Amino acid sequence: MNRIEETFASLKSAGRKALIPYVMAGDPDLETTAALVIELDRRGADLVELGVPFSDPIADGPTIQRAALRALNQGTTLRAIVDTVASIRKQSTIPIVLMTYYNPVLAYGIGDLCRDAARAGVDGLIVPDLPPEEGTELSDACRRHGLTVVFLVAPTSTAARIELVSRHTTGFVYCVSLTGVTGARGKLADGVDAFMAQVRSHTDRPLGLGFGISSPEQAGEAACLADGVIVGSAIINVMEAHAGESDMLRSVGEYAASLRRGIDKGRR
Amino acid sequence: MTAITLPDQRGHFGIFGGRYVPETLMTALDELLEVYEAAKGDPDFEEEFRYYLRDYVGRPSPLYYAERLTQTLGGARIYLKREDLNHTGAHKINNTIGQILLTRRMKKPRVIAETGAGQHGVATATVAARFGLECDVYMGSEDMERQALNVFRMRLMGSRVIAVDAGSRTLKDALNEALRDWATNVRHTHYIIGSVAGPHPFPMLVRDFQSVIGREAREQVLEKEGRLPDVLVACVGGGSNAIGLFHPFLGDGVRLVGVEGAGHGLDTGMHAATLGLGTPGVLHGAMSYTGQDANGQIQVAHSVSAGLDYPGVGPEHSYLKDSGRAEYVSVTDDEALEAFELLSRVEGIIPALESAHAIAHIARIAPEMDREEVIVAGLSGRGDKDVEQVDGLLAGNDERGEGGGGAE
Repeated sequence: MNRIEETFASLKSAGRKALIPYVMAGDPDLETTAALVIELDRRGADLVELGVPFSDPIADGPTIQRAALRALNQGTTLRAIVDTVASIRKQSTIPIVLMTYYNPVLAYGIGDLCRDAARAGVDGLIVPDLPPEEGTELSDACRRHGLTVVFLVAPTSTAARIELVSRHTTGFVYCVSLTGVTGARGKLADGVDAFMAQVRSHTDRPLGLGFGISSPEQAGEAACLADGVIVGSAIINVMEAHAGESDMLRSVGEYAASLRRGIDKGRR
Repeated sequence: MTAITLPDQRGHFGIFGGRYVPETLMTALDELLEVYEAAKGDPDFEEEFRYYLRDYVGRPSPLYYAERLTQTLGGARIYLKREDLNHTGAHKINNTIGQILLTRRMKKPRVIAETGAGQHGVATATVAARFGLECDVYMGSEDMERQALNVFRMRLMGSRVIAVDAGSRTLKDALNEALRDWATNVRHTHYIIGSVAGPHPFPMLVRDFQSVIGREAREQVLEKEGRLPDVLVACVGGGSNAIGLFHPFLGDGVRLVGVEGAGHGLDTGMHAATLGLGTPGVLHGAMSYTGQDANGQIQVAHSVSAGLDYPGVGPEHSYLKDSGRAEYVSVTDDEALEAFELLSRVEGIIPALESAHAIAHIARIAPEMDREEVIVAGLSGRGDKDVEQVDGLLAGNDERGEGGGGAE
């Protein structure tokens, strides 16, 4: 059992739900990213998604697009991100998943990346533009190196597709809460209860719910439906509001703590 | 499996093609494939498609013997497949007619499109007006400024043109934004992709709709020359006009030459020679040659012609390149401009800057060929859209790279 599966298993036995924050690696720089991950760990995160910046992020809304652009302008590379995880590992054992589009993975080399990432202490990969049909090579390499590979389901997925994704995903199933791209929304999408119930009927794996979640209240509602709550754009919004200020790290930490409280209050 | 029967069931041309998109779009791609397969076997669909191509687009387009160009170059006999004479002035409408008919079958009330500098956007706005569908076109804000006339045409026909301010503010970013819109509105919206790019089944179905170019050309050249041509030449951005011309000849021993934009030159970093200098990667939903850096970040392309100004290319072209069935060369901005003037002067035909790339390559090869040999060139679009830009360029006012017309 790897660190991600262990985390979900121990949360489950404690009757708790996972807080899964997303930050863009290299935004504003990789030193800050490392400090953020450690701060998020300290503030109650159970798993961190580390975004890998890509020039053409088709699954992302404006917030994560801006973060990616800032990271790329800093010259952030996947190689440097893997090294950053190795340095984070000196201070934190929180499970870390890289969320990356497929082309940077291909450019790095699938086998090489999985080997280097596993050595650095990365626990898994999420590739939002890679459906299971095209993911055989990556799944095989991840398995060889003990990494999980998380596939996604969406409200538009048919029962057959939910079945397919559940069969191929490891670690957890990433449930996209809405029909659309990433970005903070005011409320959870209509029909998300039914969607989550449907996914639940196809798999025993833990379910992470993400896209659009932006407040402690929403996080609490999401925690009632899922095993993990993923928050990305809303965290980057906090970072942007405090950009260049000395209290940025603390503000993000406090925001994460508020999400933690929302989840703990909302869980069922 | 031979080239003619590709792609395979999952949309692969060898290692290229496939579907690399967010899960949200997978079901819509399945639905599109299903509706397309059903339509292909339906004589009513075939009849409808033919009807609109004939009475609305004005097909068949002529295969014109360019006598003075042939004399001027002093070698092979040159024929031009006149897609510039289609309604809206380019080959793009062959595809938008096909896809709007599929949209009706899917009962979706809204279509979206991306456009570089306007030809595909105009072709989509045109069919949306004809069939009364809501239409939004994504266009880079830089391109909108340069192509005010095409923006006006689209708006006149009732479409909204949405400015894309992200990234390089050109075609690549318009495509990103259209994909995001599609992921958001997929339940009631069809995305009319304008080239043989994107996830399966787009490269296949756009090719099939555009293959009318090659089917007609094949028949016409047999009638005029009594034999098949020796060489086909067409420009390649995403590559829909080239695939449309090439595909019906794949089984013949005809040489196929695609011409990419070399921009300021292949060694300047300012070019659009995706097949020439790119490497395999995933962009906009498919595996194909891609202009990218060592870290897999997509690079900004450059060509005087906005329709060629794209760092990706259709996966079938990547396959044809690697299998050796087709060859790909490139032509600089300057060479294309010379060809633009040449065709205007000796034939009274002002080509799109995209198509001028094909003419420029012919100017290189025709003089070396025998007088009995035959070249067929895809004249993918007319150059009215480009005259202002070319006027500026020839006046020495260097606006190179500032949008042409998306008629590759």
